[in-house]
Amino acid sequence: MSIIKYGLIVFLSWMNPSHAGDALSPMLGNPLSETTIQQRNFTVFQNGQGLPVGQGGVTAGKKIYTSRCLSCHGFEGSGNSAEELAGALHRLTDNPPDKTIGTYWPYATTLFDFIRRAMPMDSPGSLSTQEIYDVTAYLLFLNKIIDHNQTIDNKSLANIKMPNRNGFINHYKNNN
Amino acid sequence: MKFKQIAGGLLDRRYFLKKSLVFSVAASIPAYLTAQTPLELERTQWMSEPGLGFSNYGQPSPFEKKTIRWTMANSHTPGNGVSWTPLQDLEGIITPSGLHFERHHNGVPQIDPAVHRLTIHGLVTHPLEFSIENLLQYPKISRICFIECGGNSNAGWHKNPIQTPVGNFHGMVSCSEWTGIPLKLLLNEAQLQPQAKWLIAEGGDASLMNVSLPIEKAINDCFVALYQNGERIRPENGYPLRLIVPGWEGVVNVKWLQRLHIASQPSMSRNETAKYTELLPSGKAQQFSFFMSAKSIITNPSFGHQLNRFGLYQISGLAWSGRGKITRVEVSADQGQTWLDAELQDPILSMCFTRFRIPLEWHGQAIVLSSRATDETGYVQPTRTELIAQRGRHGYFHYNAIVNWALSAQGQISHVYN
Ligand code: HEC
Repeated sequence: MSIIKYGLIVFLSWMNPSHAGDALSPMLGNPLSETTIQQRNFTVFQNGQGLPVGQGGVTAGKKIYTSRCLSCHGFEGSGNSAEELAGALHRLTDNPPDKTIGTYWPYATTLFDFIRRAMPMDSPGSLSTQEIYDVTAYLLFLNKIIDHNQTIDNKSLANIKMPNRNGFINHYKNNN
Repeated sequence: MKFKQIAGGLLDRRYFLKKSLVFSVAASIPAYLTAQTPLELERTQWMSEPGLGFSNYGQPSPFEKKTIRWTMANSHTPGNGVSWTPLQDLEGIITPSGLHFERHHNGVPQIDPAVHRLTIHGLVTHPLEFSIENLLQYPKISRICFIECGGNSNAGWHKNPIQTPVGNFHGMVSCSEWTGIPLKLLLNEAQLQPQAKWLIAEGGDASLMNVSLPIEKAINDCFVALYQNGERIRPENGYPLRLIVPGWEGVVNVKWLQRLHIASQPSMSRNETAKYTELLPSGKAQQFSFFMSAKSIITNPSFGHQLNRFGLYQISGLAWSGRGKITRVEVSADQGQTWLDAELQDPILSMCFTRFRIPLEWHGQAIVLSSRATDETGYVQPTRTELIAQRGRHGYFHYNAIVNWALSAQGQISHVYN
């Protein structure tokens, strides 16, 4: 009798969404080794945590951009079918505003992260770490954030102060 | 029985119910009692031959070929775009799975569930991975809730009202019954560490889309769904696993969910900085806006429908709020000067589509139909003018203003601003 009662309570707690988290779990998760976690972990934080060791420069980045990105993103980052990456003509308070890497993106680390995840769109994952740093440097140069002879690496990228670094208001925090 | 009729021809929402009682008493004598010669029984072709055999998976009637998602993609990158739910052709609150809206950044991955894993790591005591086979054995919950893209209805910011069917304008919202495992259960198994403040969710498609969520939401009501409307989730909706974040913008309902990184800070990924943030007139932008605020739209009649007779119509529409239940939908037929309560169709669920209805007596009067939703927090859907006063015109995301349909004397409908 007491077993049935116990079973029923657990069952009811599964049924009720508000208590579902309290239900007993079959505990079927498998432990992971540190190596496996590292192999799966794409996350890059704005403080640079998660960036792979490496560096890159503008000149090499321009070559990669021309062969791998230009067809969609256009000469010097604007004009083709895909999103504008540079060449903003308007400020954020203009009508209409231009939201590009140079005018809008708050962190340079995001650029490395997004390119590593998703670009080039026709062959994601095909760039080496070096090439990702190179093309990131070139896009930062096109947006007048670094000089043509400046290099970036996994240490310096997080220290680059993007023009719109302080442009965001945490709406969630302010409304909860 | 007298029914209040207000400006424009709207009738009390109980009209249909009462009226039918009155009519049934006065029905005339049926023809079979008066006919002299026996009449030939009517029989259509499909009453005169055996029908088709059984099918393994049913399809809509061939006469309903026009009820489809409208797709819009980048010509260079066909997997980057949107498809919209044809809200103008649908009724009730459940969106058929095959008509659920889509937003993909780089196509629909064909994921083999035998290979797929959900990884939980970061600020947890036990980093874990779950196979789909194992997840299917966990206790589940079901919940009917809407998913709305943060960019839905963005044509509302345009200077001139867009003239297009309601689905092509507001159809980046759909509503399904999702079934899956409360996230809390999996997080408990992995054991969150005290510094855990954010959960970074990542999808396993070609764009490896990732976004950050406050951990309290994840614990409170998020779940990982395996089923949509009773069957396993369709590939374009996240097969084999989707994160459901009730009431929050679509982008955080990560499809093809493969990794949950528990952290003390958000990742500041592209889709929570460059996109899904709302630029304000000050030049600052709102970030982590998450909640989809209350909204309603009349779906029938709406743009593209033609009223071709005088008499009684039923106005039908949808309302929803990311902050809870819809408590009221009012409809106006005179540009928002007077409002009448619409009937809210059961069930009325939190963070779910609510269907509303109200009768209209139409005799060729040119009117403007609008709907206005209120949710259980007391929030009232704003007019476009109010929304723009707060947010300017360049925020792109989170547009939820009142929608107005102008009905002409010819029975045609166009979209107008207030
Ligand atoms: C086949 C076309 C194509 C190619 C090639 C391509 N991209 Fe893209 N890229 C796109 C599209 C389309 C988007 C918009 C993505 C979306 O909507 O999620 C995009 C978005 C981006 C963004 C984000 C822009 C923003 O404002 O959010 C960056 C950065 C970017 N691409 C960098 C690159 C780089 C660097 C390369 C070359 C290594 C590259 N892309 C190659 C099509 C392409």
